[in-house]
Amino acid sequence: MATADLAAPNTRIDLGRALRDAGITAVLTFLLLLPLIGFKTVQNIHNELALETRWPLLFGFVALAAVGRLVYSLTVLPWRERRARRMPAAAAGPSPLRAALARWLPRAAIGFVLVYPALVLATAGFGGAAKWIDNFGIQILIYVMLGFGLNIVVGLAGLLDLGYVAFYAVGAYSYALLAKTFGLSFFMLLPLAGCLAAFWGILLGFPVLRLRGDYLAIVTLAFGEIIRLVLINWVPVTNGYAGISGIPRPTFFGIPFNADDNGFAATFGLEFSPIYRTIFLYYVILALALLTTFVTVRLRRLPIGRAWEALREDEIACRSLGINTTNTKLTAFAMGAMFGGFAGSFFATRQGFISPESFTFLESATILAIVVLGGMGSQMGVAIAAIAMIGGTEILRELEVLKSVFGPDFDPAQYRMLLFGFAMVAIMVWRPRGLIATRAPSVFLKERKTIAGSLVKEGHG
Amino acid sequence: MVTYARPLLAVEHLTMRFGGLIAINDLTFTAQRGEITALIGPNGAGKTTVFNCITGFYKPTKGRIALVHGVPTMWKELDALTRRGARSIRRPNGGLFLLERMPDYLVARHARVARTFQNIRLFAGMTVLENLLVAQHNPLMAASGYTVLGVLGLGYAFAERAAIDKARHWLDITGLLARADDPAGDLPYGAQRRLEIARAMCTDPMLLCLDEPAAGLNPRESGELNALIRSIRDRHATSVLLIEHDMSVVMEISDHVVVLDYGVKIADGTPDEIKNDAKVIAAYLGVADDKVAATEAEVGL
Repeated sequence: MATADLAAPNTRIDLGRALRDAGITAVLTFLLLLPLIGFKTVQNIHNELALETRWPLLFGFVALAAVGRLVYSLTVLPWRERRARRMPAAAAGPSPLRAALARWLPRAAIGFVLVYPALVLATAGFGGAAKWIDNFGIQILIYVMLGFGLNIVVGLAGLLDLGYVAFYAVGAYSYALLAKTFGLSFFMLLPLAGCLAAFWGILLGFPVLRLRGDYLAIVTLAFGEIIRLVLINWVPVTNGYAGISGIPRPTFFGIPFNADDNGFAATFGLEFSPIYRTIFLYYVILALALLTTFVTVRLRRLPIGRAWEALREDEIACRSLGINTTNTKLTAFAMGAMFGGFAGSFFATRQGFISPESFTFLESATILAIVVLGGMGSQMGVAIAAIAMIGGTEILRELEVLKSVFGPDFDPAQYRMLLFGFAMVAIMVWRPRGLIATRAPSVFLKERKTIAGSLVKEGHG
Repeated sequence: MVTYARPLLAVEHLTMRFGGLIAINDLTFTAQRGEITALIGPNGAGKTTVFNCITGFYKPTKGRIALVHGVPTMWKELDALTRRGARSIRRPNGGLFLLERMPDYLVARHARVARTFQNIRLFAGMTVLENLLVAQHNPLMAASGYTVLGVLGLGYAFAERAAIDKARHWLDITGLLARADDPAGDLPYGAQRRLEIARAMCTDPMLLCLDEPAAGLNPRESGELNALIRSIRDRHATSVLLIEHDMSVVMEISDHVVVLDYGVKIADGTPDEIKNDAKVIAAYLGVADDKVAATEAEVGL
């Protein structure tokens, strides 16, 4: 009884507090939106810049925020308090549902991506499928692969790399130049491009070995920019801003995807359609992404993977145990760079055209955001984050519905950076360690217990 | 110079300067094979600096730190090796290592000197078992064909099983078997100290350097620790070098004690000799005001 009495005042809806919160929200919204929405610059008839006020719109937003806060205070907050009292904090354990999800989600995901092109063909038909397989399937898988690669460097080894796109560029240009100059096939050049990217990874690794944290991030950022500037300025080789066009497109193990008599469609007795190449490319990048996952999962259970994670946890302890931290860091850089190189050469063959435009810092930031959003070190988290980040921005293009809300001039694709920012803030508030914040141990004696993210270090360089 | 019959480690004229501060001044001592050697002294005496020099984390300003594996006749080659400028001699029947010339990870890998840290340095986000497997990194690396064969899934499983067995052995000794799958950061303080020792022992060391292993332990735990350190000395071919403030630990288990004060060795002997040494008593307890000048002159300050 005593507990019920104590709890009673809290469960009662506190109208005064709710109103005060709503008032504060209204004031904050007003101050924040006053310059953003309250004023608009327009050119008047004298061709001067004039300030126009939009009070109704501004107060509309303020009222919306205040009412929203009031409703939140009156409904959601009491509900959450009641729930928190009903479930003591100690009860938080891995539920069987969660365990089953962790067990079956990867398998279901692999099954789904394997049949995805068939599903799309069945629903959207030959005409509409290309967009869905190319823009969603291939595009997302490229970023999944890049995320997996960077995950080795940032998530496992704890080395903050802001210039990862450099290796993507090295892979793409390696493939483009070698394929155009020597006419070698994609599958021959893929390992070569990976090796070249890994080589550049080691080259970057050497000077930055002594650096940690912020300093490491700055140098890797600079490295990414250096590579891009070299690509712009080394015109005789890279053709500068104009980029490289006419990069050989992939063939089906020697059979080209064209309308000729010896093309893919004719050879297999099909009607010609560009969709075959898209589907082929989809399976190539899917195979590459699965290979990357397989190798990364394997590496985590090998001594090298454990050494990477140990390095993230405590470098000095690693050295006291006889681990050569220099080599360990270099292998992390090299492995990450190699997967970036694979993705780069795939990108080149898919596009048929590359230029330094594709390898800006924004790309590095996007890939890093995928890794951080996903939860550092988690394969599944990275895949989900890539789908959310890349698929989310792609799907914005498709949302014609928004035009009926915001007017015909509204271009949803322009708001992708806003989405990006919202996603980051939301993750920071609710899941500061990423979507999948727990760490799965690489080996166990009796039972595999997940490790809370709060214990796992993020690395210091 | 090397005054004992079968020393494992000989530190000679070790000096370490940090700018104007002389942390260690001309320190010479030996640690015998199969013994527990304690390094004691008041706070700031330079004990941890000595450890950092021995384990390669600091490069000493001056001095020689030599360690011998296997046959004691290796000591005869010490001066020749020093003149030659090389780091070590490694033969099937023994080895001679100049630790001050080796980087930290090679001191651990080749000279087989393992250490623990004053402020515990475990891999907190990894399980207890993983901590012990990281300690076996080098043999496992070789077994996994430097990762190449391991990725292909060839021949590594057997080596890992052996490594897990060894980890299980040490978990059993340190009483941590039940917590093997828990993250190391979740263990209570005393268990973390024991785990750090177990982790160091998983590297198969010749010399185990323990930096204040009893710090923060209750009397029962430090009693268990004494038994653990003794069993390491007696059952495994590992000698122990120990920094400790807890005199109940030092006097009970050490075979030999070296006392440092302000970076200078002020005494060296068996625990009983140390207990009755006037300089040591003066350094630890201080002396009456009227005797300060006389004692300082005697101690050499």
